[in-house]
Amino acid sequence: MKRKWSEKLGFLILTLSGIFVVFILGVILFDIISKGSSVITWEFLTHPPRDGMTKGGIFPAILGTFLVSVITVLFAVPLGMFAAIYLHEYARAGRLTRLIRLSIRNLSGVPSIVYGLFGVVIFVQILTLGTSILAAGLTLGLLTLPWTITACEEALKTVPKSYREGALALGATKWYSIRTNVLPYAIPGMLTGTILGLARASGETAPILFTGAAFFLPHLPKSIFDQFMALPYHLYILATQHHSITLVRPIAYGTALVLLALVLTLSFSAVLVRYRYRKKMRG
Amino acid sequence: MNRELKILVRHLNFFYGDVHALKNINLEIPTHHVSALIGPSGCGKTTFLRCLNRMNDVIEGIRMEGEILLDGTNICGREVDPVQVRRKVGMVFQKSNPFPKTIFENVAYGLRINGNYSRREIEELVEKSLKDAALWDEVSDRLEDSAMELSGGQQQRLCIARALAVKPEVLLMDEPASALDPIATQKIEELIQDLKTKYTIVIVTHNMQQAARVSDYTAFFYLGELIEVDRTDKIFTHPELKRTEDYITGRFG
Repeated sequence: MKRKWSEKLGFLILTLSGIFVVFILGVILFDIISKGSSVITWEFLTHPPRDGMTKGGIFPAILGTFLVSVITVLFAVPLGMFAAIYLHEYARAGRLTRLIRLSIRNLSGVPSIVYGLFGVVIFVQILTLGTSILAAGLTLGLLTLPWTITACEEALKTVPKSYREGALALGATKWYSIRTNVLPYAIPGMLTGTILGLARASGETAPILFTGAAFFLPHLPKSIFDQFMALPYHLYILATQHHSITLVRPIAYGTALVLLALVLTLSFSAVLVRYRYRKKMRG
Repeated sequence: MNRELKILVRHLNFFYGDVHALKNINLEIPTHHVSALIGPSGCGKTTFLRCLNRMNDVIEGIRMEGEILLDGTNICGREVDPVQVRRKVGMVFQKSNPFPKTIFENVAYGLRINGNYSRREIEELVEKSLKDAALWDEVSDRLEDSAMELSGGQQQRLCIARALAVKPEVLLMDEPASALDPIATQKIEELIQDLKTKYTIVIVTHNMQQAARVSDYTAFFYLGELIEVDRTDKIFTHPELKRTEDYITGRFG
């Protein structure tokens, strides 16, 4: 009898822990939606800020975040994918492989502000890209790289060894076997992991703070070498740096809602991509 | 024994790191016959089989010494490209491993590697291979279905068809029926009998009756050594060595 009760208690604690997570997400969503949804209008999404950011929209910030994300993807995805293929398919156990793995683990633990400072030195100054969309995108790319590599490697791990051996036994070269009989089955997992990494990166403020994000720009960026406005940084300014914080509070919540929606859309599309790819593979 | 030799193995030694897995193996594999490799688990028979198509190369830290002559040419050495070896020496694995593609694409996979076939030639070769693997009648009307939907026995015959499509000269089979039910096993065994007129077959098996039923020659491996090799009927009736007799009669192993 006593045993049964202790089991019930344990089960209750586990269930409550699960519910707690949902509860927290629910509170955040409720708070932001309830306070932010009133300012979301077509004009808010498509116009630049006016009157010292107290009126108008956040279009430049949406565009900036989008452009930076494109650079991030173009940089991090190929590099992460190739690194993962090397590590999982080609690397032999040894000092170099251990060093690479150690580096990846450590990179994922580096605080994002450190990436920001690194980006300033390498991309902005040494490579003379200036404070720009390109420099910020590359910095965010570095930030997501450990996640991308890990996600891609996990995806490769899910492809059975027998697919590789089966192809080799038919006279395929190693690269042919990987290209035709491993990657097609790993790509959904790779995409999912990568999109989730991107969702994470697009909400980061610290890495773009010194590398290209601007407080306010009167015009839209004309090339990837221009400065830009970005959603997380815009939100940070509205919430802490503006001279009349209470006045812009609704806009801050609206910005938070747009950023949240963007991140959730990315996560959802990751799930969708995986689902569609799996269906296609089975057919 | 007057017969044509397909493979001649001379002084083959094999190491996994420090483990001496195959010790000075000398073996002749005759053309267009079935050679069975028997012996208890861990005796080296699968390792030996995977030497014949250089499949062990995918494992880290292995070392191979000696000679394996395929039609008189050594295939054992660093300078030999394992990819070329595998085009002549096909393999069917213990656990059937169809690719998650259509039945047609599974068989066509090896043909697309070289890429020199027209669409029409590929279709013909796929049909022929499926017929040779005695699977055509069961799948001819659903070639575009996923191979994963086939039964275990059908999947294994599909893997045989896939191996045959690239026209190997030797077919290695690593316990091809160990995961199958008796009826599916019987089909595979009948198939082996049909195939030996065109291919040289080497089969690893745990099942003594199977070795007796399907093979012309049997080699008994024990603890990394080749103990005895002879005509199958002789091995199973009058083995030279006591150790062979003990294993065959089930006294150990």
